[in-house]
Amino acid sequence: MEVTDSTPSAAIPETFPPPAIAVWRHRHILDLDDFTREDIELVFEIADAMTEVLTRDVKRVPTLRGKTIVTMFYEPSTRTRASFELAAKNLSADTVSLDASKSSVVKGESLVDNLRTIQALGADVIVMRHSESGAPYLATQYLNSSIINGGDGWHAHPTQALLDLYTIRRHLGELDGLKVVIVGDIMHSRVARSNIWGMTTMGAEVTLCAPPTLLPRGLADFIDCCQLTNVGVESRIESALEGADVIMLLRLQRERQQSGLLPSLREYIQRYQLTLERLSLAKPYALVLHPGPMNEGIEIGPEVAYGTQSVIEEQVANGVAVRMALLYLIAGGRNK
Amino acid sequence: MPEKVLIPPEDMERALVRVAHEIVERNRGAEHIVLVGMQTRGVPLAKRLAGTIQSLEGIDIPVGSLDIGLYRDDLSSLDLKPVIQRTDVPTDITGKQVVLVDDVFYTGRSIRAAMDALMDLGRPESIQLAVLIDRGHRELPVRADYVGKNIPTSRDEEVKVHVKEVDGEDKVTILTPDGEVTDGSN
Repeated sequence: MEVTDSTPSAAIPETFPPPAIAVWRHRHILDLDDFTREDIELVFEIADAMTEVLTRDVKRVPTLRGKTIVTMFYEPSTRTRASFELAAKNLSADTVSLDASKSSVVKGESLVDNLRTIQALGADVIVMRHSESGAPYLATQYLNSSIINGGDGWHAHPTQALLDLYTIRRHLGELDGLKVVIVGDIMHSRVARSNIWGMTTMGAEVTLCAPPTLLPRGLADFIDCCQLTNVGVESRIESALEGADVIMLLRLQRERQQSGLLPSLREYIQRYQLTLERLSLAKPYALVLHPGPMNEGIEIGPEVAYGTQSVIEEQVANGVAVRMALLYLIAGGRNK
Repeated sequence: MPEKVLIPPEDMERALVRVAHEIVERNRGAEHIVLVGMQTRGVPLAKRLAGTIQSLEGIDIPVGSLDIGLYRDDLSSLDLKPVIQRTDVPTDITGKQVVLVDDVFYTGRSIRAAMDALMDLGRPESIQLAVLIDRGHRELPVRADYVGKNIPTSRDEEVKVHVKEVDGEDKVTILTPDGEVTDGSN
């Protein structure tokens, strides 16, 4: 009896869903405000298959052979960029990576000219990050390539939000009815903005928690006019955390202190740092997420960052699977 | 399109039992056999073959599932992308006799993709192919080792295998586009 690693009944479910064709209408991925629940669930489903690929010894499939994916970052990034490049390479695409802060942008070439050059090189997909909100939208007006927004200004970071959603779903199952608290500098956070769209579309309740000076102006009007009935605001972290299923922390950029938006860093730490004591106010299994890079000792205590409820490292790993899924959906088809 | 039932449930079951016997005979036992079903309908068929082999030989046969979506040779021309289903081969296939199981054997392109996918998972001692229906029209130089039933078809016909785990019943049907019902022996 050598071959007994697994019985068939353990490995394979009794009934099988009929095969499906993906219904996918997005040519670009700019934000999650135009993603439906079905779109997000499809990304999850394909990401599950990509997760299996990532468990193999040889983490490479031939799916996007012959496609060229260019990452264009006008703003520094380590993990998003590395994640996209790994995702593209795992799918056998060719990747070109341009550090726009060092290229001809410095010589005065405009964004559109710059992107046209990249397209002329034969890019099927351009992943771009830019410090100006809306830059990827501008790009779609001039280019035939698919554009993936790798973060634009304070506006959106859709792939980060999808990997956050995917990480939560892998731990807690359905997102419906989950209480998610986003703590930190909401005003300057594209991660928070994209997550608000994604979370509410998936049926979660979102509580934004920040000092009033770090909340976007006009937030209440925005919640009203978009009828985001599942979004609330709470300035005390203790009240916000009560009964939370998920706590998402945002990086506090130190330059905010100089800008006068914070009375002092010490006060922020005192009032908003996620400590073990505060974490105990949430549900016992509550997950702690952070898009990185973390300021340990500022928005998050080290005992929480590396504690049992932290899924921060897993977010990074899931990011590769989710970006592989998105590249498959975007670049897999015929160029229009 | 008129539909005709070519194989009723009893005959489908008999064909599978015969294929299970052939697999055991060819491999002189079942000690190193791993069955890998191709999504979607190859998976329940592989599971049934494993059940029969287990009752013949008295040993557990590992069964895996394989989705070839990431290995297709037509992805760059498809507007609608296939949903990728579960690939789960629960044992190391290196050194094993892997029997790929599919419902309909047609152009051979899926099998080519499946062989590439398997090679990425390990280095089997051999890969064999078991299919319920061989309908001909190969476009690549591949052949099946075990065939439930040969059904000569024309290219504009559609052969569909129904299995109870997916479709609620067992049967094999053929659809002809022009209203002419063939008896499957043209």
